Amino acid sequence: MSEEGSRPSHWLERPGSVNKIIRSLALVCALVVVADFFYEKHGHYSWENSPGFYALFGFVSCVVLVLAATQLRRILKRDEDYYD
Amino acid sequence: MIEAAPPGMIMILGALLVPLLSGWVRQAYMLALPVLGFIQVAMLPLGFVSSVEMFGYELTLVRVDELSRVFAYVFYIASFLSIVYALHIKDTIQFVSGLIYAGAAIAALFVGDLISLFVFWELTAVASLFQIWARRTERSYKAGLRYLIIQVGSGVLLLAGTILHFADTGSLEFGALGLVSTGTTLIFLAFGIKAAFPLLHGWLQDAYPEATVTGTVFLSAFTTKLAIYALARGFPGTEILVPIGAVMTAFPIFYAVIENDLRRVLAYSLNNQLGFMVVGIGIGTEMSLNGTAAHAFSHVIYKGLLFMSMGAVLYRTGTVKGSELGGLYKSMPWTATFCMIGAASISAFPLFSGFISKSLILTAAAENHYTLTFLVLLFASAGVFHHSGIKIPYFAFYAHDSGIRCEEAPLNMLVAMGCAAFLCIALGVAPGFLYALLPYPVDFEPYTTSHVVNQLQLLLFSAAAFVFLQKTGLYPAELKSVNIDVDWLYRKVLPTAVRRIGDQVGRLKARMQTKALETVGFAVRYIEGHHAPTGALGDPWSIGATALWAAVLLIAYLLMAHR
Repeated sequence: MSEEGSRPSHWLERPGSVNKIIRSLALVCALVVVADFFYEKHGHYSWENSPGFYALFGFVSCVVLVLAATQLRRILKRDEDYYD
Repeated sequence: MIEAAPPGMIMILGALLVPLLSGWVRQAYMLALPVLGFIQVAMLPLGFVSSVEMFGYELTLVRVDELSRVFAYVFYIASFLSIVYALHIKDTIQFVSGLIYAGAAIAALFVGDLISLFVFWELTAVASLFQIWARRTERSYKAGLRYLIIQVGSGVLLLAGTILHFADTGSLEFGALGLVSTGTTLIFLAFGIKAAFPLLHGWLQDAYPEATVTGTVFLSAFTTKLAIYALARGFPGTEILVPIGAVMTAFPIFYAVIENDLRRVLAYSLNNQLGFMVVGIGIGTEMSLNGTAAHAFSHVIYKGLLFMSMGAVLYRTGTVKGSELGGLYKSMPWTATFCMIGAASISAFPLFSGFISKSLILTAAAENHYTLTFLVLLFASAGVFHHSGIKIPYFAFYAHDSGIRCEEAPLNMLVAMGCAAFLCIALGVAPGFLYALLPYPVDFEPYTTSHVVNQLQLLLFSAAAFVFLQKTGLYPAELKSVNIDVDWLYRKVLPTAVRRIGDQVGRLKARMQTKALETVGFAVRYIEGHHAPTGALGDPWSIGATALWAAVLLIAYLLMAHR
């Protein structure tokens, strides 16, 4: 088992693999948004029914979350041995 | 006869024999205990009640209903998987305390009165402590002490509340209590501490990551979910739980994003998942309470799985710090795969367990017009994917290659993770089994087109946000650091304040001493001034002068006497 690390190249390590993953993600993202136009939505709130609402919400939420957390780090961060 | 024994007793009493056994006999024996317990619960008829008279009070040790049963099933499953996961260790104390801990939590699910609840509540606190102390480091010793004080404190509040409640109503029954008196408020707070309400949560993120590799897996299952059960039993529909739960889902994810210790990241996301359950209890409809029970069920399994995978990483590499890991997918491919199944489940991807349980709570929130809460829960759902779903597997197994090459996890760990992963998918694919166990009839279809598409949009675009932030360098790096949380108040501020006050008192005392000494010194000098050999009154008299004055006095005396 421990020899696995020395195997010449896992497909993930080959150049371009990461880009392939990212391109696939972009494609799937596009598909699920396009899907919104092909069925009738019946959310509990009217804004839920606007196409791509969840996509936008997910993206914005995460960007806000990470940027806010990065700012919080300035206040909250201490050395690793702070409590020792 | 066996029906009348409180469920959980098999584990508590069975634990006492463990030190006498060894080798495969011990392993088989320990695995048999939760299996027997599970069968016992399955055989108990709904509505079964068994009471004993003690000290003039009627204590209900067994009361079986759907709510108790569904929690008990998953507690037994968690016990079994935790034992499988721990089979490679030889540490008797971890097994004994782990079995007692799980047994006490299960027993607490079935008691029908507050006194018995208190007894098992405290037993879970004390027994679970050894999962932390067994790590045998100074750090875990201190974290364990803090954990013990808070857990026992929760029990003391429960007892105080019970006494007040009994004085008010004359009843010890543990049913729906509601926030109606000081007594029930204290009980609510006791539950709130164990459920890690915001500001009462410090013990969780403090202690769980300090436990042993296997201990954290045990801990993640029982304590907090027992509290969720107790809240669902005692305070369904208590309005204040909705905002409390919503805050709980949201604030820990900010910490999770910047936390470096990956088991601590999981502790934060555990806290966030509890928030969903608390919201479900607060809404208090049949659907939302079903949602809470269902989510607790799937949560115990996927959270256990995630802690198992990070435990395996800790076991093999000696660290779970994001800043030191990366690239482990080559060395631990199975662990990585199981970890991602757990990650997909906690993120509520369709076809995984989180999806079919969390949707119940979200739908209940929307149907009951908790609009703001609904939006917060959506935000938290996106966030949980971001830190538990992506961050955990990404920084441990992918990201930059840390150069660490290690063995795959031991076989027993892989089996435990494999079983948990199987259950995560099984529950997600066939939710009917779980739905049939819930407290109320379920009229809900999680796999509608809009549910699935909405959820996929939310999650995939969260992933897109991760890629975007990584590519633009906006994503915060994993840094060697700790982030202060509420435990900072009692670990740093309070001790510092006490030290400062001590210093002040010391300084005041020193000053007063100096002043007193100065005064004495002054008095001494004053007296010295007059009476010292050099002073006016201190000049020693010559013998002649003394004799003369004595003679003068004697003559004066004679004169006065003879007049």
